[in-house]
Amino acid sequence: MERARISTLARLRKDIDRLEGGSFDGGAGAALHRVPLGHVEADAVLQGGLLRGAVHETFAQGPQAAAATGFVAALVGRLAPRRPVMWVRQDFSARENGGLSMSGWCEFGLDPRFVVGVRARDAEAALQATADALACDALGAVVMEIWGETRHVDLVASRKLTLAARGSGVTGLLLRIAAAPVPSSAETRWMVRAARSPPRPAWQARNAQVWDAQVWGAPVFDAQLVRNRHGRTGHWIMEWNCDECRFRDAASLGAPAHPQPVAAAPADRPHSARTVAPDVAPGAASWRRTG
Amino acid sequence: MLHQVPHHGGAPGNAHFAEAALSDDSPCIVVAKDHNALVVSALNDAAARLGLDVGTALATARAVCPDIAVFDADPAADAAALDAIADWCGRFTPLVALDPPHGLLLDISGCAHLFGGEASMLETICRALHRQGFVVGAGIAGTAVCARALTRGCPGRIVPEGGEAAAVAALPLFTLGADDDITRGLRRAGLKTIGDVAARGRHEIAARFGADFVALLAQALGQRDAPISPRRPPPDFMVEKRFADPVATDSVIAATLSRLAQTLIVVMTRHGKGARRLDAGFFRTDGAVRIITVETGLPVTRVEIVDRLFRERLDALADPLDPGFGFDLVRLAASRTDNVTEAQRDLDTHIRDSDEVSALIDRIAARIGGERIVVHLPQDTHIPERAVLALPAQHHLAAAATVAWPARAEGEPPLRPLRLFAPPEPVEVLADFPHGPPAAFRWRRGFHRIARVEGPERIAMEWWRPERPASPEPVDDEFVRAHPPQGEVTVERIDPAGLTRDYFRAEDSEGMRFWLYREGIHGREVATFRWFLHGVFA
Repeated sequence: MERARISTLARLRKDIDRLEGGSFDGGAGAALHRVPLGHVEADAVLQGGLLRGAVHETFAQGPQAAAATGFVAALVGRLAPRRPVMWVRQDFSARENGGLSMSGWCEFGLDPRFVVGVRARDAEAALQATADALACDALGAVVMEIWGETRHVDLVASRKLTLAARGSGVTGLLLRIAAAPVPSSAETRWMVRAARSPPRPAWQARNAQVWDAQVWGAPVFDAQLVRNRHGRTGHWIMEWNCDECRFRDAASLGAPAHPQPVAAAPADRPHSARTVAPDVAPGAASWRRTG
Repeated sequence: MLHQVPHHGGAPGNAHFAEAALSDDSPCIVVAKDHNALVVSALNDAAARLGLDVGTALATARAVCPDIAVFDADPAADAAALDAIADWCGRFTPLVALDPPHGLLLDISGCAHLFGGEASMLETICRALHRQGFVVGAGIAGTAVCARALTRGCPGRIVPEGGEAAAVAALPLFTLGADDDITRGLRRAGLKTIGDVAARGRHEIAARFGADFVALLAQALGQRDAPISPRRPPPDFMVEKRFADPVATDSVIAATLSRLAQTLIVVMTRHGKGARRLDAGFFRTDGAVRIITVETGLPVTRVEIVDRLFRERLDALADPLDPGFGFDLVRLAASRTDNVTEAQRDLDTHIRDSDEVSALIDRIAARIGGERIVVHLPQDTHIPERAVLALPAQHHLAAAATVAWPARAEGEPPLRPLRLFAPPEPVEVLADFPHGPPAAFRWRRGFHRIARVEGPERIAMEWWRPERPASPEPVDDEFVRAHPPQGEVTVERIDPAGLTRDYFRAEDSEGMRFWLYREGIHGREVATFRWFLHGVFA
């Protein structure tokens, strides 16, 4: 009987969602399921933010594992603040890239109390645990960290994860290190590298035994959105603000120009960020990419 | 109390011996090394008829019978076989204790009537073990020591309450199972049977052979009792299903488990309990027993959850459940239980959420193992690799959700890296001068030129703790030997695990951020530094 009441409650909630237009493919209510990252241009391209209840992939080369980890951790911080998070990782990844440190998680501006770590033996076990976790709507986000190429994570597996995420509303974040992208049903795909952090004057540093005038500042990512199901792609330098727990545009801080080239907007698809203000209904954007 | 000896000469684990001993009338013996001599440790009836006995030297045995079959003793296999028999005995009573080297003690208080009384139970056990290829001697008595003496002296007897002293009086002393020295000493004193010793004054015996022996004697005579120490603690609740016709199909086994779970949960609910750990025991007709355990974070009170956990566990078994010729007994026991507190959970989504997370953790743990799904607790230490403790989530979920973590410093970039290497990886560092910050370093065949660096942050090891973090690798002093420190620098060798570390946060020219440390204080602790990469920042 208690069970029946809970399911009634869930059904009523879903009804309210539907009445408010909570269908996932666009529509006015889609904004409810999108979480703004804080980076103005990226949010504009993502039509308001990163979609909840979908799967997002992050790829990085081997040496850039920590930067990709930081980017995914930041997405977790945006998508699921104060919600339980399950971080599923493959044993080999921890040996190769170092284990996720909760002291670092804390310093990153996130709350370690909500993190449950799963130490899967191999990619297959990790995938199974992730699929289970994505079906549990009590979680805020599920991260699957896999090192290297594996035949287990293919289009079929990715489709399963997407369906599970859509059913429960939990966001799945795939962290693939030292792997090449394969076809998948993910909502977005990011390629992440570390970027040079904004300088701080040395007198701000706490324990400085510093000779030149600069020490380093907040984490900065060179994030390339290479695939977006419902919009255009882009390439930005994003700075993570650990105190406010949101991204911001690294260039807007008056930092010097970055050494990495930033891709220009393609000529055939004009840059919408300059014309569409971020708080305009995101459904207004008319183009769409599929595949 | 029932005592049984699976084989009169021991060596139940030696398969060749068992085969030869049963199938053949030719004499065979098992030899073991005793004081640098090979002596007989077990033998079959044919060998005993030749006049051999336990303790005879191998050379003597060979002289008596040149073509005698000789096998080496294998105590590990013996112990494993005894363990397997003890598992099998679990079908008669949950309280089974080992009595090494080749005995078992079963506490059958309150169990005998289930098997048609003591005599019938004794016969059932002996016949079944004999069918499995063991030679068994067994006895039932009020105390464990008395039963052991009966088993060794005159197997097959059942001693009624109060008749212990009379039953063991005529038995030889070795049946008590005391030390060899004591048995030999008593025999030299002219005391040959237990009755002889019992007739002497207790204080005389205690003065010469110690109080322990007197206690043993009292137990043999039924004047005092001591509980046996069972191999497993008896479960709080237990249900089982016996099959006249063994079952082997997966669906029947699953249905049986489900029905057992239903019964178990009804009983536990009546007591206000829920199961935290469940053991399913599968008893095969040929004597093999498999026990499969699932654990849960919250006490379980619903059959579907138990079903699902066991399904996950059975699916994930590395060596699947092998029914062989079928299981004739399936048992479900709740070996750990907790009180259930009913919480109202209609509109309070928070309670519902934590319950669902807990259930999810149980399911994943059933498949990949409870120690592989963890939550984190902060520790009061500055040493980075010890600052966080990862503990099984099933047991520490509530503690981890409420613990207070140290707050981060506002406005600062992260002071600790997101990824930590365990152990720290050695790197080759170029520094401008010995005390200086690193200028460039080589790690995993990649060369990183450092653009910005901040530090050092000095972390000293905790000298007040006896255990220290493991040093990454043994110190290689080859360089120091080749280049002895110049000038007045003298260095005492100290424990490498206790060296002070100076940490630097460094960013290379591409923007990758590293956490490097220099081990030791120059001139005081070490002559040359070693550098390590401990972590990588985002």
